[in-house]
Amino acid sequence: MNIEISNGRVICPKNGVDRDNVSVYIAHGRIVGLGEAPKGFVATQKVDAAGCVVSPGLIDLGARLNSIEAELAAAVAGGVTSVVVPPDADPPLDEPELADRLVHRGDEIGKARVLPLGALTLGLKGERLAELAGLKKAGCVAFSQASRPVVDTEALLRAMEYAATFGFAVWLQPQDHWLSRNGIAHEGEVASRLGLAGIPVAAETIAVGSIIQLVRDTGCRVHLTRISSAAGMSLVQRAAKEGLPISCDVGVHHLLLTDNDIGYFNPHARFVPPLRGQADRQALSDAAAAGTAAICSDHTPVGADDKLLPFGEAKPGATGLEVLLPLTLKWAETAGVALPAALARITSAPAEILGLDSGHLALGARADICVFDPNASWQLTPEALRSRGKNSPWTGYMMTGKVRHTLVDGRIVYTT
Amino acid sequence: MHNPQLNKNGELTHLLSTEGLPAAILTQILDTAASFMEVSSRDVKKVPLLRGKSVFNLFFENSTRTRTTFEIAAKRLSADVINLDITRSSTAKGETLLDTIDNLCAMDANLFVVRHASSGAPYLIAEHLRKIGRDDIHVVNAGDGRHAHPTQGLLDMYTIRHYKKDFTQLRVAIVGDILHSRVARSDIHALTTLGVPEVRAIGPETLLPKYLDKLGVHVYHDMAAGLRDCDVVIMLRLQNERMNGALLPSAGEYFRHYGLTPQMLAQAKPDAIVMHPGPMNRGVEIHSAVADGPQAVILPQVTFGIAVRMAVMSIVAGN
Amino acid sequence: MTLLPDSLPDAEAQCQQLAEAIRPSLSKNPALVGIFSGGVWIAERLRALLGLADEIGMIDVSFYRDDFAEKGLHPQCRPTTIPFDVQDRHIILVDDVLYTGRTTRAAINELFDYGRPASVQLAVLADRGGRELPIDKSFEAWEVTLGEGANLVLESNPQGLLAWRLENA
Repeated sequence: MNIEISNGRVICPKNGVDRDNVSVYIAHGRIVGLGEAPKGFVATQKVDAAGCVVSPGLIDLGARLNSIEAELAAAVAGGVTSVVVPPDADPPLDEPELADRLVHRGDEIGKARVLPLGALTLGLKGERLAELAGLKKAGCVAFSQASRPVVDTEALLRAMEYAATFGFAVWLQPQDHWLSRNGIAHEGEVASRLGLAGIPVAAETIAVGSIIQLVRDTGCRVHLTRISSAAGMSLVQRAAKEGLPISCDVGVHHLLLTDNDIGYFNPHARFVPPLRGQADRQALSDAAAAGTAAICSDHTPVGADDKLLPFGEAKPGATGLEVLLPLTLKWAETAGVALPAALARITSAPAEILGLDSGHLALGARADICVFDPNASWQLTPEALRSRGKNSPWTGYMMTGKVRHTLVDGRIVYTT
Repeated sequence: MHNPQLNKNGELTHLLSTEGLPAAILTQILDTAASFMEVSSRDVKKVPLLRGKSVFNLFFENSTRTRTTFEIAAKRLSADVINLDITRSSTAKGETLLDTIDNLCAMDANLFVVRHASSGAPYLIAEHLRKIGRDDIHVVNAGDGRHAHPTQGLLDMYTIRHYKKDFTQLRVAIVGDILHSRVARSDIHALTTLGVPEVRAIGPETLLPKYLDKLGVHVYHDMAAGLRDCDVVIMLRLQNERMNGALLPSAGEYFRHYGLTPQMLAQAKPDAIVMHPGPMNRGVEIHSAVADGPQAVILPQVTFGIAVRMAVMSIVAGN
Repeated sequence: MTLLPDSLPDAEAQCQQLAEAIRPSLSKNPALVGIFSGGVWIAERLRALLGLADEIGMIDVSFYRDDFAEKGLHPQCRPTTIPFDVQDRHIILVDDVLYTGRTTRAAINELFDYGRPASVQLAVLADRGGRELPIDKSFEAWEVTLGEGANLVLESNPQGLLAWRLENA
């Protein structure tokens, strides 16, 4: 099928393209023309993108797919064309067959691409290594402990050495087990006032510090997920400056919310890692604006019953796939970040972290595209979400930025 | 942000915390409690105010002592009191907290007295009642996690006002495990709202929450320095599980540094009063000579507690 | 006749009138109990005028009112104090205005929680009619009819003198 997306503002952050009122031409699943149709191109389908932005499809560095069909539909409704899935499913993704099955199921559904992270250790227990090479062959893009820390530092060292042997990347969420195991909120004024057990910033900096040293010693490529504090971010930035193979991302909610948003014990403001203070939020925002951190949704669907509990008993996390784009736009507006730079954080930057040739609109690239109206607003209600996860601190709020069409491999997989 | 304790007229409809309540409401509770003190001294210690109303004591965490004071208070208001020991019944069968609430709403409850191990649980209940349109049901927090124990905080304020008359010239010290203490938090908010110029927290760093200064509290690690020239000393109970472990090496070492002995108390003003929410650990946080001494007002606190709970229940039930 | 705001009678003089009405009953050694707040002011004057030895009692009927469900608790309630033994005593309840009789009902109920009095009588400065309960005064100084929505309020002015004020809704 040959598709022409016309009249849109085409933004490809990676290649520095930002052109209004041009057409994108797609054939055989790939981009075959930008502005000018290739010779002999006849569109079998035309998409009018007037008033819309034509962007590379979003690449989400962290989304849990509890019910895969609904969540992949949610992904494309949110303009997300590739989702990185952490291994903390039930059962954990620690065997090649499980990864294989997940990738095939994703292909069958045919919406967003599924990029699984394999478990670094068996059962994510942080003890024995999982079959990394086998998992890689089955489609895992890297290896991770999801949000579970490796308590035994020797086990972590060995895992990183082993991953480095094959050139695999390891994704770690830096949170010291001992300093975070009893906590439910950022150790700050709010937690003290509300009587919530605190998780100090040191839980993050100690873990980041250990991991950086292990990267120095092993040469293992590490991606740090969901950095939450100013001090943690500063350590990562210094390590990157040192030339170590370290990258990081932040959850989009952490760019916009702080522990103050817990208000009167709002369980929807419970996250792992916790929402931290205003200075932390600012540092994360600065890092994202400077391009040192990618942005992800950290999509975590939680059933209603698991949120209708006192703060400390409620399951952490928020729905994210369908709000990644509007919340990133909201962040860009408040942080004074230009639209192409903001889109880079959810397209080309994640692609680079993954080492994939995607997240851009160059000629010959796979046609993973998101067409969205940057000015259309909609109200976030449970009914407005395709995800089974209706849990959001933004319920009832107006979101600006609405996806009109999503293409994966040159197929229109979502349209409103 | 909407304060879930107040109705649209700004009146107290749930008592969840002493934080965020205007001084006028705190004073109204104390004044009303003074009227109820008189009721408790009569032959017939009962007024017909809550006749026909049902007060449910929902104790998700055991506390016979607190439950009893609420029960006495409710009965003196002529309410029907139903005690539910939820630690053993419904939650064990997989019923959620809000399932339990829905069930009790259907039994025509008027007031829930809630004790829960998780900070914020009474807020969840109050919010749920709002969502299901039951503005006629009121919630009184009888202690939630480490967060708040507002009736204890108010009875402490009643005690202080009873002995010291005026809040605005006082130096008040709170001593001990403030980190895990809902009483301390409720006291701090009430004291600062009522205009106490100097609130001190005394304890080892392991038992103090971070950023206490943001709550308007001066932190002391040295007991003698912290008690100096204080008018009021509020001692907190040290839970057994804190005594031997990561937070403190031993009860003995704690007592040597933070136990209230007659010698330590001599640092405070000669007419300083000593308070304790009970039950006391004699020889751990307080010396018997102080606990039984002339400056201790620990038993009057219990008596005032009933009047304060009567005041709180009758005010919220009427709004 | 219509009552005009500037033609209200002198409340202090009415207190003296009320005291004279009560005087013949002094042989029974009655005790006075004023109902907050007007009744307490009047009872204090009656005690002085009649030369009674016992301190007056003071009742705040907030805990006994029958409109709690509609109005809630009065935001300023004061402690009831009865400084004498109610048991077998002749009691004179004192209030400023007798209207529906509901406050009197509440006060009598409250009084009985202190003991069983030998008798209870009611002394009021003004009776404005409009009874909703089978209650009547024993002593009064003034019978008055008020228009629809009007209300009679006894106030203590800055000089400490009692004075009537007419409120119109």
